[in-house]
Amino acid sequence: MKTKQLLLGDEALALGAIYAGLSGAYAYPGTPSTEILEFVQKNPLARERKIHSHWSSNEKTAMEEALGMSFCGKRAMTSMKHVGLNVAADPFVNSAMTGANGGLLVIAADDPSMHSSQNEQDSRFYADFAMIPALEPSDQQEAYDMARYGFELSERLAIPVLTRLVTRLSHSRAVVETHDTPLAENELHYPANPKQWVLMPAMSKIRNRRLIADQEEFVKASEKSPFNAYNEAADHRLGIIANGIAYNYLMEAFGGNCPFPVVKISQYPLPMSMLRRLYNSCDALLITEEGQPYIEQKLRGLNEQGKKIYGKLTGNVVRDGELNPDLIAEAIRSVIPNAPGLINNQAPAASQIVAPRPPMLCQGCGHRDVYSALNSALENYDSPRVFGDIGCYTLGFLKPFNAIDTCVDMGASITMAKGAADAGQHPAVAIIGDSTFTHSGMTGLLDAINEDSDILVIISDNLTTGMTGGQDSQGTGKIEEICLGLGADPKHLRTIDSLPKNHAEMTALFREEIDHHGCSIVVARRECIQTARRHAAKK
Amino acid sequence: MKSDIVLAGVGGQGILTIATILGAAALKENLCLKQAEVHGMSQRGGDVQSNLRLSSNPIHSDLIPLGGADLIVSLEPMEALRYLPFLSEQGWIITNNVPFVNIDNYPEQESIDAELAKMPRVVAFDMEAMAKEVATARSSNLVLLGAASPFIDIHPDKIEDAIRALFIPKGEKIVDANIAAFRAGRAKAIEIKENFQN
Repeated sequence: MKTKQLLLGDEALALGAIYAGLSGAYAYPGTPSTEILEFVQKNPLARERKIHSHWSSNEKTAMEEALGMSFCGKRAMTSMKHVGLNVAADPFVNSAMTGANGGLLVIAADDPSMHSSQNEQDSRFYADFAMIPALEPSDQQEAYDMARYGFELSERLAIPVLTRLVTRLSHSRAVVETHDTPLAENELHYPANPKQWVLMPAMSKIRNRRLIADQEEFVKASEKSPFNAYNEAADHRLGIIANGIAYNYLMEAFGGNCPFPVVKISQYPLPMSMLRRLYNSCDALLITEEGQPYIEQKLRGLNEQGKKIYGKLTGNVVRDGELNPDLIAEAIRSVIPNAPGLINNQAPAASQIVAPRPPMLCQGCGHRDVYSALNSALENYDSPRVFGDIGCYTLGFLKPFNAIDTCVDMGASITMAKGAADAGQHPAVAIIGDSTFTHSGMTGLLDAINEDSDILVIISDNLTTGMTGGQDSQGTGKIEEICLGLGADPKHLRTIDSLPKNHAEMTALFREEIDHHGCSIVVARRECIQTARRHAAKK
Repeated sequence: MKSDIVLAGVGGQGILTIATILGAAALKENLCLKQAEVHGMSQRGGDVQSNLRLSSNPIHSDLIPLGGADLIVSLEPMEALRYLPFLSEQGWIITNNVPFVNIDNYPEQESIDAELAKMPRVVAFDMEAMAKEVATARSSNLVLLGAASPFIDIHPDKIEDAIRALFIPKGEKIVDANIAAFRAGRAKAIEIKENFQN
């Protein structure tokens, strides 16, 4: 007996994990992964079982916390956006060396087309690099099913398993059939091979040989995976390989009936014998890949019969941005112009009068007051530079503020301002939000304090993680204490409410602290208008 | 049955509420459904859209192909126009006609109206005024849902059940206001649809 629910891809994966005996979920918010932990926080069974679902300070701490739970034999997952995996890369890659005890799922949600991110990096390369298996659901049902399957795979192979989502699956809803009875959580138990968890060179050398030897098992698991499929078809002029959600776009492009044989890839390492069979039986291959050309690069080495392999590297599939049914149809036509059954809709032309409507800071947002005061303050200087960071306040780059010169990665505002000051730049101003500050700003601030770098750090504190929808921020109520604890000079640690009525005062404060040739911090504080509204509605 | 719908608007206007209600009704009817949403940065006053696909048969893609949408349903007229290349040959545009101007280079109202008038099948009226008249200003998304409903093969009672289920935690009054908005929008659209057929 199964029940049907309408779930986002993120939620389906989270529910699947809860029903598979999850004991702890660890994450830092990041689009499009945020809804995974949020779902665990709200789910009644997860609450009843007291499954851990508190936000972590960043993805590295989340990954390590999940690894610690796995060490104790329980099922754990950590979820993050793709660039979050960069932050967690150290424990992630080394978790392949320790292996997993309790099932360990590392969920990375990629963002092709950069709907809400700074790059299109493809997390499958991370799994390859760390030499661990990866799963890639093509739809919400698979996302649900793969949680249980992934935990079992992780425990059977004693290795963490990466699960790669993409925005269009994370943030798309569909009907999902769910189990009625959840599995029990694992009992606490320790690793069978405890030495493997101490990554000193002598132990690591032994473990590395084992991890290499295990690769064969991982490939075998992919060959047998219920999520990889070989669809036979009559027309062997072309064989098509599609991963994850790209498989659905391919099916849509043919109205469900693809005349060419297709290999669907949803588990890695690549099932090479399945791919070899396709290669041997078809005149040419087309790889329609959501993400960077990972499979395509892997298959370049298969080219022993000199058959053509088409994909992103050959320009047949658009390399930039996410795929869709139309782009896949176009790619197929570029190889087989008369391919039968492809969608070919007539559509109205695009309207020429439509103007872009970029996102902007909300009316009533404190970041607005910070930027207008900062812009006023900086009018006094010849060539000020403002180093921005990741959050709603990155929108300060756009009109009407045009206030920041850089935005790179979480925490980079403070460290880049410091580097610029080291180079002789003045004023060098960093602007960072409270959640980003505790994610990755604190360590950089310590560098700047230790050298008394000539920078102004503005911490625009809205008491939440705003951009991702208002999750709890780990530093709420502690920002000044943290700065003092890092050794900030109390005379140059100033606080102000970011309100329109304080414009003149805030402008003067910024000027004073820019003119102080040393490390200054201004905490400009006002609750996020979105969370403030929600708090008011609750009362 | 098959309805491929592009829902459009400006971040914060409430298009996801429409998707939630239709989704719940479709689930009750045992229909297949896929609904791709936009979260994150663009929700801050930027253009937002959601692809909602309903069908009695399995649906492959979360995204609607170009020229594949049966309906463009929009809370804002320029946002309806943004997705024209997705509209099918027989497709309808259902839109609020009151511009939401939060950019400097927003086109003149006349050119928006002219552009909409070029399209053969359009239901466009002031949904905010109608919402204020029959309920509250905040119910204009329910007027829009009502206006779209004659073009979607789900019985209106089932949609009303879903509206009730969604808003009942906020109280009977809110439910009634939203249902009134839905019915008013629906009646107006039926009138326009019938005139078109005559």
